Amino acid sequence: MTDPLHELGAALTQTLGGDVLGFRVANGELALDVRRDAVVRVLTHLRDDAGLLFKQLVDVCGVDWPDRAERFEIVYNLLSLRYNHRIRVKVTTDELTPVPSAVGVFSAAGWCEREVWDLYGVLFSGNPDLRRILTDYGFDGHPMRKDFPLTGKVEVRYDDAQKRVVYEPVRLTQAFRSFDFLSPWEGEAPVLPGDEKATP
Amino acid sequence: MTEVAIKNMTMNFGPQHPAAHGVLRLVLEMDGEIVERADPHVGLLHRGTEKLIEYKTYLQAVPYFDRLDYVSPMCQEHAFALAVERLLGIEVPPRAQYIRVLFSEVTRLLNHLLNVTSFAMDVGAMTPMLWGFEEREKLMEFYERVSGARLHAAYFRPGGVARDMPAGLAEDILAYCDSFPKVLADLESLLNENRIFKQRSVDIGVVSVEQALNWGFTGPMLRGSGVPWDLRKAQPYDVYAHMDFDIPVGRHGDCYDRYLVRMEEMRQSLRIMRQCLERMPGGPVRTENRKVAPPPRAEMKRSMEALIHHFKLYTEGYHVPTGETYTAVEAPKGEFAVYLVADGTNKPYRCHIRAPGFAHLQGLDFMSRGHMLADVVAIIGASDIVFGEIDR
Repeated sequence: MTDPLHELGAALTQTLGGDVLGFRVANGELALDVRRDAVVRVLTHLRDDAGLLFKQLVDVCGVDWPDRAERFEIVYNLLSLRYNHRIRVKVTTDELTPVPSAVGVFSAAGWCEREVWDLYGVLFSGNPDLRRILTDYGFDGHPMRKDFPLTGKVEVRYDDAQKRVVYEPVRLTQAFRSFDFLSPWEGEAPVLPGDEKATP
Repeated sequence: MTEVAIKNMTMNFGPQHPAAHGVLRLVLEMDGEIVERADPHVGLLHRGTEKLIEYKTYLQAVPYFDRLDYVSPMCQEHAFALAVERLLGIEVPPRAQYIRVLFSEVTRLLNHLLNVTSFAMDVGAMTPMLWGFEEREKLMEFYERVSGARLHAAYFRPGGVARDMPAGLAEDILAYCDSFPKVLADLESLLNENRIFKQRSVDIGVVSVEQALNWGFTGPMLRGSGVPWDLRKAQPYDVYAHMDFDIPVGRHGDCYDRYLVRMEEMRQSLRIMRQCLERMPGGPVRTENRKVAPPPRAEMKRSMEALIHHFKLYTEGYHVPTGETYTAVEAPKGEFAVYLVADGTNKPYRCHIRAPGFAHLQGLDFMSRGHMLADVVAIIGASDIVFGEIDR
Protein backbone atom coordinates (compact mmCIF):
# COMPACT_ATOMS: atom_id res chain seq x y z
CA MET A 1 0.00 0.00 0.00
CA THR A 2 1.47 3.35 -0.98
CA ASP A 3 -1.58 5.38 -0.05
CA PRO A 4 -0.29 8.65 1.44
CA LEU A 5 -3.04 8.64 4.08
CA HIS A 6 -2.04 5.16 5.26
CA GLU A 7 1.57 6.30 5.39
CA LEU A 8 0.64 9.40 7.36
CA GLY A 9 -1.46 7.37 9.78
CA ALA A 10 1.29 4.80 10.29
CA ALA A 11 3.92 7.50 10.75
CA LEU A 12 1.77 9.31 13.32
CA THR A 13 1.11 6.10 15.22
CA GLN A 14 4.83 5.56 15.39
CA THR A 15 5.82 9.11 16.41
CA LEU A 16 3.14 9.55 19.01
CA GLY A 17 3.75 6.15 20.55
CA GLY A 18 1.09 4.99 22.98
CA ASP A 19 -1.01 8.13 22.59
CA VAL A 20 -2.55 6.92 19.35
CA LEU A 21 -4.66 3.80 19.76
CA GLY A 22 -5.13 3.20 16.06
CA PHE A 23 -6.01 4.77 12.76
CA ARG A 24 -8.47 4.12 9.96
CA VAL A 25 -8.67 5.30 6.38
CA ALA A 26 -12.16 5.25 4.90
CA ASN A 27 -13.71 7.24 2.05
CA GLY A 28 -10.38 8.96 1.53
CA GLU A 29 -10.30 10.36 5.05
CA LEU A 30 -7.90 9.61 7.87
CA ALA A 31 -9.14 9.18 11.45
CA LEU A 32 -6.96 8.71 14.51
CA ASP A 33 -8.18 7.18 17.77
CA VAL A 34 -6.40 8.91 20.58
CA ARG A 35 -6.13 8.29 24.33
CA ARG A 36 -8.26 10.80 26.19
CA ASP A 37 -5.48 12.16 28.43
CA ALA A 38 -3.20 12.65 25.43
CA VAL A 39 -5.54 14.67 23.24
CA VAL A 40 -3.88 18.03 23.95
CA ARG A 41 -0.45 16.59 23.29
CA VAL A 42 -1.58 15.02 20.02
CA LEU A 43 -3.32 18.18 18.82
CA THR A 44 -0.26 20.28 19.65
CA HIS A 45 1.95 17.88 17.73
CA LEU A 46 -0.40 17.94 14.74
CA ARG A 47 -0.38 21.73 14.79
CA ASP A 48 3.32 22.33 15.25
CA ASP A 49 5.13 19.50 13.45
CA ALA A 50 6.75 20.96 10.34
CA GLY A 51 5.57 18.07 8.20
CA LEU A 52 1.92 18.32 9.31
CA LEU A 53 0.99 21.92 10.19
CA PHE A 54 -2.70 21.28 10.90
CA LYS A 55 -3.13 24.94 11.76
CA GLN A 56 -6.89 25.00 11.76
CA LEU A 57 -9.30 23.23 14.04
CA VAL A 58 -12.39 23.52 11.90
CA ASP A 59 -14.82 21.57 13.98
CA VAL A 60 -15.42 19.66 17.19
CA CYS A 61 -18.52 17.57 17.66
CA GLY A 62 -19.84 14.72 19.73
CA VAL A 63 -21.45 11.42 18.80
CA ASP A 64 -23.50 9.35 21.22
CA TRP A 65 -23.27 5.55 21.23
CA PRO A 66 -25.37 4.55 24.25
CA ASP A 67 -24.42 0.85 24.03
CA ARG A 68 -20.73 1.43 24.50
CA ALA A 69 -18.96 1.57 27.85
CA GLU A 70 -17.64 5.05 27.06
CA ARG A 71 -20.67 6.28 25.23
CA PHE A 72 -19.50 9.62 23.87
CA GLU A 73 -17.10 10.10 21.00
CA ILE A 74 -15.58 13.56 20.63
CA VAL A 75 -14.48 14.22 17.08
CA TYR A 76 -11.94 16.92 16.20
CA ASN A 77 -11.61 17.79 12.52
CA LEU A 78 -8.38 19.51 11.56
CA LEU A 79 -7.23 21.10 8.36
CA SER A 80 -3.72 21.73 7.11
CA LEU A 81 -3.66 24.61 4.66
CA ARG A 82 0.01 24.07 3.93
CA TYR A 83 -0.30 20.43 2.85
CA ASN A 84 -4.00 20.46 1.94
CA HIS A 85 -4.83 17.58 4.26
CA ARG A 86 -7.63 16.85 6.62
CA ILE A 87 -7.41 14.63 9.66
CA ARG A 88 -9.92 13.49 12.24
CA VAL A 89 -8.98 12.91 15.87
CA LYS A 90 -11.32 10.96 18.10
CA VAL A 91 -11.45 10.42 21.82
CA THR A 92 -14.07 8.64 23.88
CA THR A 93 -15.51 9.45 27.28
CA ASP A 94 -18.53 8.82 29.48
CA GLU A 95 -20.94 11.13 31.30
CA LEU A 96 -18.62 11.86 34.19
CA THR A 97 -15.05 11.81 32.94
CA PRO A 98 -13.88 15.18 31.64
CA VAL A 99 -11.90 15.54 28.42
CA PRO A 100 -8.90 17.90 28.52
CA SER A 101 -9.88 21.10 26.77
CA ALA A 102 -8.19 22.04 23.49
CA VAL A 103 -8.65 25.79 24.03
CA GLY A 104 -4.95 26.20 24.82
CA VAL A 105 -4.03 24.80 21.41
CA PHE A 106 -6.80 26.21 19.23
CA SER A 107 -8.91 29.15 20.37
CA ALA A 108 -11.64 27.95 18.01
CA ALA A 109 -12.26 25.02 20.36
CA GLY A 110 -13.92 27.26 22.95
CA TRP A 111 -17.41 27.47 21.53
CA CYS A 112 -17.26 24.03 19.95
CA GLU A 113 -16.63 22.50 23.37
CA ARG A 114 -19.42 24.59 24.85
CA GLU A 115 -21.68 23.16 22.18
CA VAL A 116 -20.64 19.58 22.93
CA TRP A 117 -21.20 20.22 26.65
CA ASP A 118 -24.59 21.71 25.94
CA LEU A 119 -25.84 19.03 23.58
CA TYR A 120 -24.18 15.93 25.09
CA GLY A 121 -23.18 16.81 28.63
CA VAL A 122 -19.51 16.02 28.10
CA LEU A 123 -17.25 17.90 30.50
CA PHE A 124 -14.10 19.62 29.32
CA SER A 125 -11.47 20.29 31.98
CA GLY A 126 -9.68 23.57 31.46
CA ASN A 127 -12.27 25.29 29.28
CA PRO A 128 -12.58 28.74 30.88
CA ASP A 129 -16.17 29.35 29.84
CA LEU A 130 -18.09 26.09 29.83
CA ARG A 131 -21.63 27.49 29.70
CA ARG A 132 -24.55 26.29 27.63
CA ILE A 133 -24.60 27.88 24.22
CA LEU A 134 -27.40 26.75 21.92
CA THR A 135 -30.23 25.81 24.24
CA ASP A 136 -32.47 28.10 26.26
CA TYR A 137 -31.41 29.83 29.47
CA GLY A 138 -32.10 27.39 32.30
CA PHE A 139 -32.49 24.40 29.99
CA ASP A 140 -32.48 20.99 31.63
CA GLY A 141 -30.90 17.97 29.95
CA HIS A 142 -28.65 17.40 26.96
CA PRO A 143 -30.79 17.22 23.83
CA MET A 144 -28.53 15.42 21.37
CA ARG A 145 -28.24 12.33 23.57
CA LYS A 146 -30.01 9.40 21.98
CA ASP A 147 -32.20 8.94 25.06
CA PHE A 148 -33.51 12.53 24.93
CA PRO A 149 -36.94 12.61 23.28
CA LEU A 150 -37.25 14.40 19.95
CA THR A 151 -40.23 16.36 21.18
CA GLY A 152 -38.31 17.68 24.17
CA LYS A 153 -39.66 17.98 27.67
CA VAL A 154 -41.03 21.50 28.03
CA GLU A 155 -42.93 23.79 25.71
CA VAL A 156 -43.43 27.54 25.95
CA ARG A 157 -46.36 29.77 25.16
CA TYR A 158 -47.43 33.29 25.89
CA ASP A 159 -49.97 33.34 28.70
CA ASP A 160 -52.30 36.26 28.19
CA ALA A 161 -53.57 36.15 31.78
CA GLN A 162 -50.11 36.31 33.34
CA LYS A 163 -48.77 38.57 30.58
CA ARG A 164 -45.62 36.53 30.22
CA VAL A 165 -44.17 33.45 28.55
CA VAL A 166 -44.80 30.30 30.58
CA TYR A 167 -43.04 26.93 30.48
CA GLU A 168 -45.15 23.78 30.64
CA PRO A 169 -44.47 20.06 30.19
CA VAL A 170 -44.95 18.98 26.57
CA ARG A 171 -48.49 17.83 25.80
CA LEU A 172 -48.84 16.03 22.50
CA THR A 173 -52.26 16.14 20.88
CA GLN A 174 -51.26 13.08 18.91
CA ALA A 175 -48.84 10.36 19.96
CA PHE A 176 -45.35 10.74 18.52
CA ARG A 177 -45.19 8.65 15.38
CA SER A 178 -41.99 6.96 14.43
CA PHE A 179 -42.41 5.01 11.22
CA ASP A 180 -40.33 1.89 10.96
CA PHE A 181 -39.75 1.35 7.28
CA LEU A 182 -36.79 -0.92 7.73
CA SER A 183 -37.37 -3.88 5.54
CA PRO A 184 -36.39 -7.26 7.01
CA TRP A 185 -35.38 -8.44 3.55
CA GLU A 186 -32.55 -6.00 2.91
CA GLY A 187 -29.32 -5.03 4.54
CA GLU A 188 -27.67 -7.52 6.87
CA ALA A 189 -28.05 -11.23 6.08
CA PRO A 190 -31.41 -12.27 7.54
CA VAL A 191 -31.48 -14.95 10.22
CA LEU A 192 -34.56 -17.05 9.52
CA PRO A 193 -36.05 -19.38 12.11
CA GLY A 194 -34.87 -22.89 11.39
CA ASP A 195 -31.61 -21.80 9.81
CA GLU A 196 -29.65 -23.18 12.73
CA LYS A 197 -30.72 -26.70 11.76
CA ALA A 198 -29.09 -26.36 8.36
CA THR A 199 -25.67 -25.42 9.66
CA PRO A 200 -23.58 -28.47 10.38
CA MET B 1 -9.20 67.75 41.28
CA THR B 2 -10.40 64.45 42.68
CA GLU B 3 -10.06 61.18 40.88
CA VAL B 4 -13.31 59.40 40.27
CA ALA B 5 -13.33 55.66 39.67
CA ILE B 6 -15.74 54.87 36.86
CA LYS B 7 -17.29 51.44 36.76
CA ASN B 8 -17.58 49.63 33.46
CA MET B 9 -21.05 49.52 32.06
CA THR B 10 -22.62 46.34 30.79
CA MET B 11 -24.83 46.87 27.80
CA ASN B 12 -27.33 44.63 26.15
CA PHE B 13 -27.29 44.75 22.35
CA GLY B 14 -30.16 42.89 20.70
CA PRO B 15 -31.78 40.38 20.33
CA GLN B 16 -34.17 42.73 18.53
CA HIS B 17 -31.75 45.20 17.02
CA PRO B 18 -31.75 45.76 13.26
CA ALA B 19 -27.95 45.75 13.12
CA ALA B 20 -27.73 42.45 14.99
CA HIS B 21 -28.58 40.62 11.73
CA GLY B 22 -31.20 38.41 13.25
CA VAL B 23 -31.42 37.34 16.84
CA LEU B 24 -27.99 38.05 18.25
CA ARG B 25 -27.96 39.02 21.87
CA LEU B 26 -24.68 40.69 22.62
CA VAL B 27 -23.64 41.52 26.16
CA LEU B 28 -21.04 44.26 25.89
CA GLU B 29 -18.83 45.41 28.69
CA MET B 30 -18.12 49.04 27.95
CA ASP B 31 -15.66 51.55 29.30
CA GLY B 32 -17.38 54.70 28.14
CA GLU B 33 -17.86 54.03 24.45
CA ILE B 34 -14.98 51.56 24.19
CA VAL B 35 -15.78 47.86 24.11
CA GLU B 36 -13.84 45.91 26.71
CA ARG B 37 -15.45 42.54 26.20
CA ALA B 38 -18.15 41.20 23.94
CA ASP B 39 -20.11 38.13 24.95
CA PRO B 40 -22.46 36.95 22.19
CA HIS B 41 -25.41 34.90 23.40
CA VAL B 42 -26.53 32.69 20.57
CA GLY B 43 -29.11 29.96 20.32
CA LEU B 44 -32.23 32.09 20.17
CA LEU B 45 -32.98 30.54 16.79
CA HIS B 46 -32.02 27.00 17.79
CA ARG B 47 -34.42 24.57 16.14
CA GLY B 48 -32.65 21.29 16.79
CA THR B 49 -31.92 20.65 13.11
CA GLU B 50 -29.29 18.03 13.84
CA LYS B 51 -31.63 16.13 16.15
CA LEU B 52 -34.49 16.29 13.65
CA ILE B 53 -32.28 14.97 10.86
CA GLU B 54 -31.53 11.87 12.94
CA TYR B 55 -35.24 11.04 12.75
CA LYS B 56 -35.63 11.62 9.00
CA THR B 57 -34.53 9.66 5.97
CA TYR B 58 -31.67 11.01 3.92
CA LEU B 59 -33.97 12.57 1.36
CA GLN B 60 -36.19 14.16 3.99
CA ALA B 61 -33.12 15.77 5.54
CA VAL B 62 -32.39 17.88 2.44
CA PRO B 63 -34.87 20.73 3.11
CA TYR B 64 -33.39 21.33 6.56
CA PHE B 65 -30.23 22.51 4.86
CA ASP B 66 -32.07 25.31 3.08
CA ARG B 67 -33.22 26.59 6.41
CA LEU B 68 -29.79 26.82 8.00
CA ASP B 69 -28.21 29.76 6.26
CA TYR B 70 -31.31 30.99 4.52
CA VAL B 71 -29.45 33.39 2.23
CA SER B 72 -27.32 30.69 0.63
CA PRO B 73 -29.54 27.61 0.58
CA MET B 74 -28.19 25.60 -2.33
CA CYS B 75 -24.56 25.61 -1.19
CA GLN B 76 -25.59 23.82 1.96
CA GLU B 77 -27.63 21.23 0.14
CA HIS B 78 -24.50 20.74 -1.90
CA ALA B 79 -22.47 19.77 1.17
CA PHE B 80 -25.09 17.27 2.30
CA ALA B 81 -25.52 15.80 -1.18
CA LEU B 82 -21.76 15.36 -1.56
CA ALA B 83 -21.48 13.73 1.86
CA VAL B 84 -24.23 11.20 1.14
CA GLU B 85 -22.83 10.51 -2.31
CA ARG B 86 -19.41 9.87 -0.84
CA LEU B 87 -20.82 7.32 1.60
CA LEU B 88 -22.94 5.69 -1.08
CA GLY B 89 -20.02 5.73 -3.50
CA ILE B 90 -22.07 6.99 -6.43
CA GLU B 91 -21.12 9.23 -9.33
CA VAL B 92 -23.27 12.13 -10.41
CA PRO B 93 -23.82 12.66 -14.14
CA PRO B 94 -21.82 15.56 -15.63
CA ARG B 95 -24.84 17.69 -16.47
CA ALA B 96 -25.99 17.57 -12.86
CA GLN B 97 -22.51 18.59 -11.71
CA TYR B 98 -22.52 21.59 -14.03
CA ILE B 99 -26.00 22.62 -12.90
CA ARG B 100 -24.89 22.35 -9.28
CA VAL B 101 -21.81 24.47 -9.82
CA LEU B 102 -23.85 27.02 -11.77
CA PHE B 103 -26.40 27.35 -9.00
CA SER B 104 -23.77 27.34 -6.27
CA GLU B 105 -22.43 30.46 -7.90
CA VAL B 106 -25.90 31.99 -8.27
CA THR B 107 -26.18 31.35 -4.55
CA ARG B 108 -22.88 33.08 -3.92
CA LEU B 109 -24.17 36.15 -5.75
CA LEU B 110 -27.36 36.07 -3.69
CA ASN B 111 -25.42 35.83 -0.46
CA HIS B 112 -22.77 38.43 -1.22
CA LEU B 113 -25.34 40.88 -2.54
CA LEU B 114 -27.24 40.68 0.71
CA ASN B 115 -24.14 40.85 2.84
CA VAL B 116 -22.37 43.68 1.07
CA THR B 117 -25.44 45.85 0.85
CA SER B 118 -26.64 45.23 4.40
CA PHE B 119 -23.11 45.91 5.62
CA ALA B 120 -23.27 49.21 3.74
CA MET B 121 -26.59 49.96 5.39
CA ASP B 122 -25.16 49.15 8.82
CA VAL B 123 -22.56 51.84 8.30
CA GLY B 124 -24.99 54.34 6.86
CA ALA B 125 -25.54 53.81 3.14
CA MET B 126 -29.14 53.15 2.19
CA THR B 127 -29.06 53.01 -1.61
CA PRO B 128 -26.93 49.87 -2.16
CA MET B 129 -29.52 47.87 -0.22
CA LEU B 130 -32.28 48.94 -2.58
CA TRP B 131 -30.22 48.23 -5.68
CA GLY B 132 -28.94 44.93 -4.32
CA PHE B 133 -32.39 43.66 -3.52
CA GLU B 134 -33.58 44.32 -7.03
CA GLU B 135 -30.80 42.04 -8.28
CA ARG B 136 -31.54 39.44 -5.64
CA GLU B 137 -35.09 39.36 -6.89
CA LYS B 138 -33.88 38.50 -10.38
CA LEU B 139 -31.60 35.78 -9.05
CA MET B 140 -34.37 34.32 -6.95
CA GLU B 141 -36.45 34.14 -10.09
CA PHE B 142 -33.77 31.81 -11.50
CA TYR B 143 -34.13 29.78 -8.34
CA GLU B 144 -37.86 29.64 -8.80
CA ARG B 145 -37.67 28.62 -12.42
CA VAL B 146 -35.30 25.78 -11.73
CA SER B 147 -36.72 24.42 -8.48
CA GLY B 148 -40.14 25.96 -7.95
CA ALA B 149 -39.15 27.88 -4.84
CA ARG B 150 -37.55 31.27 -4.41
CA LEU B 151 -35.62 30.46 -1.25
CA HIS B 152 -36.02 26.98 0.16
CA ALA B 153 -35.20 25.16 -3.02
CA ALA B 154 -34.48 21.53 -1.99
CA TYR B 155 -32.95 21.25 -5.42
CA PHE B 156 -29.59 19.52 -4.93
CA ARG B 157 -30.41 15.97 -3.94
CA PRO B 158 -28.04 13.10 -3.24
CA GLY B 159 -27.51 11.60 -6.69
CA GLY B 160 -27.96 14.77 -8.74
CA VAL B 161 -30.52 17.55 -8.87
CA ALA B 162 -34.28 17.38 -8.57
CA ARG B 163 -35.06 18.16 -12.22
CA ASP B 164 -33.49 19.51 -15.36
CA MET B 165 -33.35 23.24 -16.07
CA PRO B 166 -36.39 24.48 -18.00
CA ALA B 167 -35.96 25.62 -21.60
CA GLY B 168 -34.68 29.17 -21.93
CA LEU B 169 -33.22 29.46 -18.44
CA ALA B 170 -29.63 29.04 -19.62
CA GLU B 171 -30.00 31.91 -22.10
CA ASP B 172 -31.55 34.15 -19.45
CA ILE B 173 -28.79 33.47 -16.95
CA LEU B 174 -26.21 34.18 -19.66
CA ALA B 175 -27.92 37.47 -20.44
CA TYR B 176 -27.91 38.25 -16.73
CA CYS B 177 -24.17 37.60 -16.58
CA ASP B 178 -23.77 40.37 -19.15
CA SER B 179 -25.92 42.88 -17.33
CA PHE B 180 -24.79 42.25 -13.77
CA PRO B 181 -21.27 43.77 -13.96
CA LYS B 182 -22.94 47.14 -14.55
CA VAL B 183 -24.72 46.81 -11.21
CA LEU B 184 -21.50 45.82 -9.49
CA ALA B 185 -19.78 48.86 -10.96
CA ASP B 186 -22.63 51.06 -9.75
CA LEU B 187 -22.38 49.63 -6.23
CA GLU B 188 -18.64 50.15 -6.22
CA SER B 189 -19.00 53.71 -7.41
CA LEU B 190 -21.15 54.34 -4.36
CA LEU B 191 -18.97 52.56 -1.83
CA ASN B 192 -15.34 52.03 -2.81
CA GLU B 193 -14.15 55.60 -2.44
CA ASN B 194 -16.99 56.74 -0.24
CA ARG B 195 -15.55 58.78 2.60
CA ILE B 196 -18.03 57.68 5.25
CA PHE B 197 -17.86 54.05 4.20
CA LYS B 198 -14.09 54.04 4.42
CA GLN B 199 -14.07 55.87 7.74
CA ARG B 200 -16.30 53.19 9.13
CA SER B 201 -14.59 50.12 7.72
CA VAL B 202 -10.87 50.71 7.11
CA ASP B 203 -8.73 49.43 10.01
CA ILE B 204 -11.81 48.16 11.84
CA GLY B 205 -11.79 44.59 13.12
CA VAL B 206 -8.30 43.76 11.89
CA VAL B 207 -7.55 40.03 11.89
CA SER B 208 -4.03 38.76 11.39
CA VAL B 209 -3.30 35.52 9.56
CA GLU B 210 -2.38 33.76 12.81
CA GLN B 211 -5.58 34.88 14.48
CA ALA B 212 -7.70 33.84 11.50
CA LEU B 213 -6.20 30.35 11.53
CA ASN B 214 -6.32 29.99 15.29
CA TRP B 215 -9.98 30.96 15.48
CA GLY B 216 -11.01 28.70 12.62
CA PHE B 217 -11.97 31.48 10.20
CA THR B 218 -12.75 30.44 6.65
CA GLY B 219 -14.07 31.99 3.47
CA PRO B 220 -13.85 35.75 2.92
CA MET B 221 -12.83 36.24 6.56
CA LEU B 222 -9.68 34.21 5.94
CA ARG B 223 -9.08 35.56 2.45
CA GLY B 224 -9.55 39.11 3.70
CA SER B 225 -6.49 38.53 5.87
CA GLY B 226 -4.47 37.53 2.85
CA VAL B 227 -4.60 33.74 2.82
CA PRO B 228 -5.38 32.46 -0.68
CA TRP B 229 -7.43 29.49 0.50
CA ASP B 230 -10.54 28.41 -1.31
CA LEU B 231 -11.93 24.89 -1.18
CA ARG B 232 -13.16 25.25 -4.74
CA LYS B 233 -9.48 25.38 -5.77
CA ALA B 234 -7.78 23.40 -3.00
CA GLN B 235 -10.16 20.46 -2.71
CA PRO B 236 -12.35 20.84 -5.79
CA TYR B 237 -15.71 19.09 -5.84
CA ASP B 238 -18.04 18.45 -8.78
CA VAL B 239 -16.64 20.30 -11.81
CA TYR B 240 -14.85 23.14 -10.02
CA ALA B 241 -11.58 21.49 -11.05
CA HIS B 242 -12.31 22.43 -14.69
CA MET B 243 -13.28 26.01 -13.94
CA ASP B 244 -10.95 28.92 -14.48
CA PHE B 245 -11.25 31.57 -11.80
CA ASP B 246 -9.12 33.58 -9.40
CA ILE B 247 -9.13 33.83 -5.62
CA PRO B 248 -9.18 37.44 -4.44
CA VAL B 249 -7.35 38.16 -1.19
CA GLY B 250 -7.17 41.19 1.06
CA ARG B 251 -4.04 42.71 2.51
CA HIS B 252 -4.96 44.22 5.84
CA GLY B 253 -7.65 41.88 7.14
CA ASP B 254 -10.01 44.71 8.04
CA CYS B 255 -13.70 45.12 7.28
CA TYR B 256 -12.98 47.10 4.12
CA ASP B 257 -10.83 44.31 2.68
CA ARG B 258 -13.53 41.76 3.38
CA TYR B 259 -15.95 43.93 1.48
CA LEU B 260 -13.54 44.18 -1.46
CA VAL B 261 -12.97 40.42 -1.43
CA ARG B 262 -16.70 39.78 -1.62
CA MET B 263 -17.15 42.24 -4.49
CA GLU B 264 -14.39 40.56 -6.48
CA GLU B 265 -15.75 37.11 -5.66
CA MET B 266 -18.99 38.11 -7.32
CA ARG B 267 -17.08 38.93 -10.51
CA GLN B 268 -15.34 35.55 -10.32
CA SER B 269 -18.70 33.86 -9.77
CA LEU B 270 -19.92 35.39 -13.01
CA ARG B 271 -16.89 33.94 -14.79
CA ILE B 272 -17.67 30.48 -13.39
CA MET B 273 -21.34 30.78 -14.31
CA ARG B 274 -20.46 31.71 -17.86
CA GLN B 275 -18.06 28.78 -18.19
CA CYS B 276 -20.72 26.43 -16.83
CA LEU B 277 -23.29 27.64 -19.31
CA GLU B 278 -20.88 27.42 -22.24
CA ARG B 279 -19.67 23.91 -21.47
CA MET B 280 -22.79 22.33 -20.03
CA PRO B 281 -23.28 18.91 -21.61
CA GLY B 282 -26.62 17.21 -22.21
CA GLY B 283 -27.72 14.01 -20.57
CA PRO B 284 -29.40 12.94 -17.37
CA VAL B 285 -29.44 15.14 -14.27
CA ARG B 286 -29.76 12.30 -11.74
CA THR B 287 -27.83 9.14 -11.25
CA GLU B 288 -29.25 6.17 -13.10
CA ASN B 289 -28.98 4.12 -9.92
CA ARG B 290 -32.64 3.48 -9.20
CA LYS B 291 -31.90 2.52 -5.61
CA VAL B 292 -30.97 6.14 -4.90
CA ALA B 293 -32.77 8.39 -7.36
CA PRO B 294 -36.39 7.97 -8.44
CA PRO B 295 -37.27 6.83 -11.97
CA PRO B 296 -38.77 9.31 -14.46
CA ARG B 297 -42.49 9.80 -14.17
CA ALA B 298 -43.27 8.38 -17.61
CA GLU B 299 -41.45 5.16 -16.87
CA MET B 300 -43.51 4.68 -13.73
CA LYS B 301 -46.69 4.46 -15.76
CA ARG B 302 -45.47 1.44 -17.67
CA SER B 303 -42.89 -0.35 -15.58
CA MET B 304 -43.83 -2.26 -12.44
CA GLU B 305 -40.24 -2.17 -11.23
CA ALA B 306 -40.06 1.59 -11.59
CA LEU B 307 -43.24 1.92 -9.55
CA ILE B 308 -41.80 -0.23 -6.78
CA HIS B 309 -38.59 1.78 -6.79
CA HIS B 310 -40.55 4.99 -6.53
CA PHE B 311 -42.67 3.69 -3.66
CA LYS B 312 -39.72 2.35 -1.73
CA LEU B 313 -37.67 5.53 -2.20
CA TYR B 314 -40.38 7.78 -0.87
CA THR B 315 -41.35 5.62 2.09
CA GLU B 316 -38.34 3.72 3.29
CA GLY B 317 -35.68 5.74 1.48
CA TYR B 318 -32.31 4.29 0.62
CA HIS B 319 -29.87 2.64 2.96
CA VAL B 320 -26.46 4.23 3.34
CA PRO B 321 -23.63 1.84 4.19
CA THR B 322 -21.94 2.15 7.57
CA GLY B 323 -19.26 4.80 7.60
CA GLU B 324 -18.49 8.39 8.34
CA THR B 325 -17.39 11.38 6.35
CA TYR B 326 -16.51 15.02 6.85
CA THR B 327 -17.42 16.72 3.60
CA ALA B 328 -16.89 20.43 3.15
CA VAL B 329 -17.84 22.92 0.48
CA GLU B 330 -16.86 26.53 0.02
CA ALA B 331 -20.15 28.16 0.92
CA PRO B 332 -20.32 31.95 0.42
CA LYS B 333 -19.62 32.47 4.13
CA GLY B 334 -16.75 30.01 4.40
CA GLU B 335 -16.25 26.32 4.93
CA PHE B 336 -19.63 24.71 5.37
CA ALA B 337 -19.29 21.05 6.19
CA VAL B 338 -21.36 18.05 7.13
CA TYR B 339 -19.99 15.36 9.41
CA LEU B 340 -22.19 12.42 8.63
CA VAL B 341 -22.17 9.12 10.50
CA ALA B 342 -24.19 6.37 8.85
CA ASP B 343 -25.07 3.09 10.52
CA GLY B 344 -26.38 1.19 7.51
CA THR B 345 -30.03 2.17 7.97
CA ASN B 346 -32.18 4.63 6.06
CA LYS B 347 -31.59 7.47 8.54
CA PRO B 348 -28.37 9.27 9.45
CA TYR B 349 -27.01 8.18 12.82
CA ARG B 350 -25.43 11.57 13.36
CA CYS B 351 -25.34 14.61 11.13
CA HIS B 352 -23.22 17.40 12.52
CA ILE B 353 -23.27 20.69 10.68
CA ARG B 354 -20.17 22.84 10.66
CA ALA B 355 -21.31 26.40 10.15
CA PRO B 356 -18.71 28.99 9.17
CA GLY B 357 -20.56 31.77 11.00
CA PHE B 358 -20.22 29.94 14.31
CA ALA B 359 -16.45 30.36 14.25
CA HIS B 360 -16.68 33.93 12.97
CA LEU B 361 -19.05 35.02 15.71
CA GLN B 362 -16.78 33.43 18.28
CA GLY B 363 -14.06 35.74 17.05
CA LEU B 364 -16.23 38.81 17.55
CA ASP B 365 -14.86 39.19 21.07
CA PHE B 366 -11.24 39.64 20.05
CA MET B 367 -12.12 41.57 16.89
CA SER B 368 -14.17 44.19 18.71
CA ARG B 369 -11.96 44.71 21.75
CA GLY B 370 -10.83 48.31 22.00
CA HIS B 371 -13.21 49.47 19.29
CA MET B 372 -16.15 51.83 19.65
CA LEU B 373 -19.70 50.57 20.00
CA ALA B 374 -20.58 51.59 16.45
CA ASP B 375 -17.64 49.58 15.12
CA VAL B 376 -19.09 46.40 16.59
CA VAL B 377 -21.95 46.85 14.15
CA ALA B 378 -19.51 47.18 11.26
CA ILE B 379 -17.61 44.07 12.38
CA ILE B 380 -20.81 42.03 12.62
CA GLY B 381 -21.85 43.28 9.21
CA ALA B 382 -18.54 42.39 7.60
CA SER B 383 -18.33 38.93 9.17
CA ASP B 384 -21.51 37.89 7.41
CA ILE B 385 -23.46 36.52 10.34
CA VAL B 386 -26.69 34.65 9.70
CA PHE B 387 -28.35 33.00 12.64
CA GLY B 388 -30.02 30.17 10.83
CA GLU B 389 -26.68 28.41 10.50
CA ILE B 390 -25.10 29.48 13.77
CA ASP B 391 -27.98 28.36 15.97
CA ARG B 392 -28.96 25.41 13.78
